[in-house]
Amino acid sequence: MSDRISAADVTKVARLARLDLAPDEIERMTAQLDGMLEHFADVDALDLADVAPMTQPFPLVNVFRADVVQPGLDREEVLAAAPAAEEGRFRVPPILGGEG
Amino acid sequence: MSASKPTAATNTPTAAAIAAAVRAGTTKAADLVEQHLATIAAREPEIHAFNHVMADQARAAAAAVDAQASKGHDPGPLAGVTVALKDNMCTRGIPTTCSSKILDGWKPPYDATVVQALQQAGAIIVGKTNLDEFAMGSSTENSAFGPTRNPHDTSRVPGGSSGGSAAAVAAGFSQFSLGSDTGGSIRQPAALCGVVGVKPTYGYVSRYGLVAFASSLDQIGPFTNTVEDAALVLDVIGGHDPHDSTSIPQAHPSLTQAIQQDVKGLRIGRITDLPEGADPDVQERLEAAFDALKAAGATIVDVQVPAFTFGLTAYYLIAPAEASSNLARYDGVRYGLRVEAADTDAMYGATRAAGFGDEVKRRIMLGTYALSAGYYDAYYGKALKVRRLIHDDFERAYQQADVLLTPTSPTVAFKFGAKGDNPFSMYLCDTYTIPTNLAGHPGMSVPFGTGAEGLPVGVQILAGTLQEPTMFRVAAALERSMS
Repeated sequence: MSDRISAADVTKVARLARLDLAPDEIERMTAQLDGMLEHFADVDALDLADVAPMTQPFPLVNVFRADVVQPGLDREEVLAAAPAAEEGRFRVPPILGGEG
Repeated sequence: MSASKPTAATNTPTAAAIAAAVRAGTTKAADLVEQHLATIAAREPEIHAFNHVMADQARAAAAAVDAQASKGHDPGPLAGVTVALKDNMCTRGIPTTCSSKILDGWKPPYDATVVQALQQAGAIIVGKTNLDEFAMGSSTENSAFGPTRNPHDTSRVPGGSSGGSAAAVAAGFSQFSLGSDTGGSIRQPAALCGVVGVKPTYGYVSRYGLVAFASSLDQIGPFTNTVEDAALVLDVIGGHDPHDSTSIPQAHPSLTQAIQQDVKGLRIGRITDLPEGADPDVQERLEAAFDALKAAGATIVDVQVPAFTFGLTAYYLIAPAEASSNLARYDGVRYGLRVEAADTDAMYGATRAAGFGDEVKRRIMLGTYALSAGYYDAYYGKALKVRRLIHDDFERAYQQADVLLTPTSPTVAFKFGAKGDNPFSMYLCDTYTIPTNLAGHPGMSVPFGTGAEGLPVGVQILAGTLQEPTMFRVAAALERSMS
């Protein structure tokens, strides 16, 4: 439906973003992203060849702190907020061998 | 178009006066908290400013402040002053949701630096306020827990994303509140709710414990009834924090002192090539603000910021790109929602699909696309270069003018659903606020009379890096001109 972005592109991006989108969401997202990318064409006429990218608004370099042991977060308190924990660790489903 | 001040809490004493009375023991923090809780009980069902009211904790904190004062200890410069926190700031043991289903029920194991600073200063936290999910929006309609309503007209939005924090101050639920501003999320709701809202220089206030949206743009700031209150709050929460490696490693001059100075001789910039689109009632108040500053002894100068108009484009590539990376942490492993599945990969996709709302998904998709192989240079890389142009154009303008004046929002508060389902029409709400975040500069909105249907209008003051003292002098002069 567009030469800017296709439903196949959107499906691929959803996979990269780990977002399970339903077919109707893919369709809607394709149209909406296409509309946004159309707006973004307004910078195409700018000559940016000699412009350095700006990655941070207040440049600071080599931000160090003193190498001193600091208390960390309380393990029990952290694990209490996890969906699943076991033996002092986060518990997750199998990493290999599922249906995926 | 009247010049009357539409602030709900015009007769509220200043934070400094409250703190002085509590420190002296002539006013009890406990009584102040009960007054605010009563106001909340009366009007919160209609406004929905809060995700979580912290009545018990507020009462306990007030009792502790009163006990300190009665023993002759100083509870601090915000003693007994009530505050509401946007629900994207971590509060240990208290739910912090970002108005997202994916964090519903999560209790952080630590406090944000601003939370600690407020508590040490004697402020009393009364609750966590509603927002557009993960601070993505301009109306608070994107909250997973339902919208906040504007206290001036409950058929209208309070703005966003910090709509709950703006509404809390406008409705008198707390003396002040904190919000976060990534593209206008403090200034725009401040304007729509008729309160003062400040986005400081990037790095002025620690972001440690602020749930990240776009890390190179996010900044915490206050909502207050008066410019003086905003100055006091920033004097308390500003400053270097070793926990935030982007926080500026120096002390900031006192803003409460800066506002004692008038504006005689200051150069106020009018941006002659500002993008059009502000409604006539808003434009009229901006002109009145120029007149007021001229009458107070300032000079009006014309400046140009040609790249201002490209702010929206650069922002809607950079902010989603950073968000897509920051929000990767919500994977159902360490906190928040998990949708069980046969393996981790399936669990990630199912959890994120169920936990994020439409706007958040849209921005994650846009950001992932802009960063993906083959498109990086065309979109993200180009946006970073446009960001440089915007920054440099502002810097040139600040050689000619000490501050710039613009509308904060193109319109007064709009009706629920008014922006339809075209995402870009909502994005246009932030036309005048976004470029400042990209430049890393400070900006603030000051209520300056009313526009259509008696609704509040804000005027935005912009300044160069760490020029908060000058920005606040101008804000105080505008406020004085209204009294």
